Amino acid sequence: MLTILFDGVAYGMLLFVLACGLSVTLGLMNFINLAHGAFAMAGGYCTVVLVNRIGVPFALGLPLAFLVTAVLGGLFERTLYVHVYARPHLDQVLFTIGLVFMAVAATDYVMGSSQQFVRIPEALSGQFNVFGIGMGKYRLLIIVVCGVLTVALQLMLAKTRFGSRLRAAVDDQRVARGLGINVGAVFGITFAFGSGLAGLGGALGAEILGLDPTFPLKYMIYFLIVVTVGGTSSITGPFLASILLGIGDVAGKYYVPKLGAFVIYAIMIVVLIVRPQGLFARGVAR
Amino acid sequence: MTPLAADIGQKLKRRGRWSALEIAFWIVAFASIWLLPQKHLILTETAILALFALSLDLILGYAGIISLGQAAFFGTAGYFAGLVAKHGIIDEPVLALICSGLVAAALGFITSFLVLRGSDLTRLMVTLGVSLMLGELANRYSDITGGADGLQGVTVAPVLGRFEFDMFGHTGYTYCLIVLFVCFLIARRLVYSPFGLSLRAIKGNALRSGAVGIPVNARLVAIYTVSAFFAGIAGALLTQTTAFCSLDVLSLERSADLLLVLIIGGTGYLYGGLIGAVIYKFMQDWIATLTPQYWQFWIGLLLVAIVLVGRDRMAAWHQAARAALGRLGARTIKWRPALGAAGAAPGGR
Repeated sequence: MLTILFDGVAYGMLLFVLACGLSVTLGLMNFINLAHGAFAMAGGYCTVVLVNRIGVPFALGLPLAFLVTAVLGGLFERTLYVHVYARPHLDQVLFTIGLVFMAVAATDYVMGSSQQFVRIPEALSGQFNVFGIGMGKYRLLIIVVCGVLTVALQLMLAKTRFGSRLRAAVDDQRVARGLGINVGAVFGITFAFGSGLAGLGGALGAEILGLDPTFPLKYMIYFLIVVTVGGTSSITGPFLASILLGIGDVAGKYYVPKLGAFVIYAIMIVVLIVRPQGLFARGVAR
Repeated sequence: MTPLAADIGQKLKRRGRWSALEIAFWIVAFASIWLLPQKHLILTETAILALFALSLDLILGYAGIISLGQAAFFGTAGYFAGLVAKHGIIDEPVLALICSGLVAAALGFITSFLVLRGSDLTRLMVTLGVSLMLGELANRYSDITGGADGLQGVTVAPVLGRFEFDMFGHTGYTYCLIVLFVCFLIARRLVYSPFGLSLRAIKGNALRSGAVGIPVNARLVAIYTVSAFFAGIAGALLTQTTAFCSLDVLSLERSADLLLVLIIGGTGYLYGGLIGAVIYKFMQDWIATLTPQYWQFWIGLLLVAIVLVGRDRMAAWHQAARAALGRLGARTIKWRPALGAAGAAPGGR
């Protein structure tokens, strides 16, 4: 029972790191980015190549995955995404789904369609046994890393100048612009950072979520659930939503394995019907 | 009737008149039954896709509802048609087709209340969620649906008890084309009616159309149900012509491809889905022969390119092409009476 809780929390933390970039882009630019998972996949494959083929140590592979995907995200944002911000939602959906299709096929072409595994160090496999609860070392690492990241993100948003600019831009883009905040630049940086986080999440999660070319399609719905259920006005919303989703999914798969993801989708639909703005949103109609 | 209402009725009637181009389109479509017998298998798929795209156009192009879950209706009806044929519950394909459509429509009616609320993103998520849920269910109850292996052992009885399905798809194509035509007629009648006009108003501005007295929610529920019915017919046609139904009828890719079809053809006019389906299917066929495994990449590239070029610009091209064709059509028609008049004039003298 507690092991399930533990696994669920680890899973949820992972989902949060994967999805928080998406939540910011959605909240800031009202931009539906279905291709977010593609960046996560890029991070995962980057780690696979670095660690398994080149032999970079795992601990160094993670930050590198972050950097590579952040650069990639920034590049895409400046060259492609900027043209689509002002378009209607339908265009955004088409555009990003197109990107996903391309990413899936391209990865298949370059890396093959089989599932990839990151070679993780010996020290991280195995279990701790604390008070009769089996805790996988790797999952513990995920919780620690993601926990630290979450706190850091929260501090950055709350305390730094950039954080306040970002919050101002999310709250009201036009007023923020009027106050002299360069919303475009803020957004570009945030997008790159969010993509980097997704890449890091993908690298960390390759072990748990599995990594193959269909990754962006398979997990797209999960990221979207986190964002829509959590709301986009803060990062606490998505954080709580992803923890709930993580626990719910692990518990669901453990107790009613045959129903699979059905429970999660059903919950999402109910939540969206009752609270279209998200479960933890402040209820501001925009 | 007030003069204004009569005036609008006149306008609608005029707009709803069949143009020469439309008639030509359908003549060409039906001529393909005899002219392109070796292409019938792909043409069957095209006709089904066209009907499916038509169903999406009704809600997206006319009512402005973004949906990523149209596959839910397609798949449900597909499985329903497969199951009734397999277990011999309804043997006659046409009857089974209508029943499948009604099942999908019932599902559409129930889920329509879910899409009434919320923003584009919420709608997207809810429609997507519904189709994913159904996909999970189909996977879960694999003893009924056949799970990942697909529904096998479906034998479809002859249409109307007379026309047997053959392996070259001749019967299948004729059948699909007739069904497509009938559905098209219904859809055409719908969009040129005051009902269709009110949908366009809702798409333009839901708040204002509510203020002028259009029952927005009731209209949206109605069109969503009709659209689900058409999507269901398309799904049932696929099962009946292929005698097979697998989990991918409910997949996300199907809904996403459908959006692409509609975007290629243009939204908001009935031929968009039809033309889009023809272009898409033959393009897919062509790309798949070039790179069998990676055709998805080129589809994705096309989507990205279309958005970057801009749909409004493409719509303008469509408009220009249609106007040019329309002028051409008008000229050929005018030309003939002119000839007749010229011929009659000397005789009169």
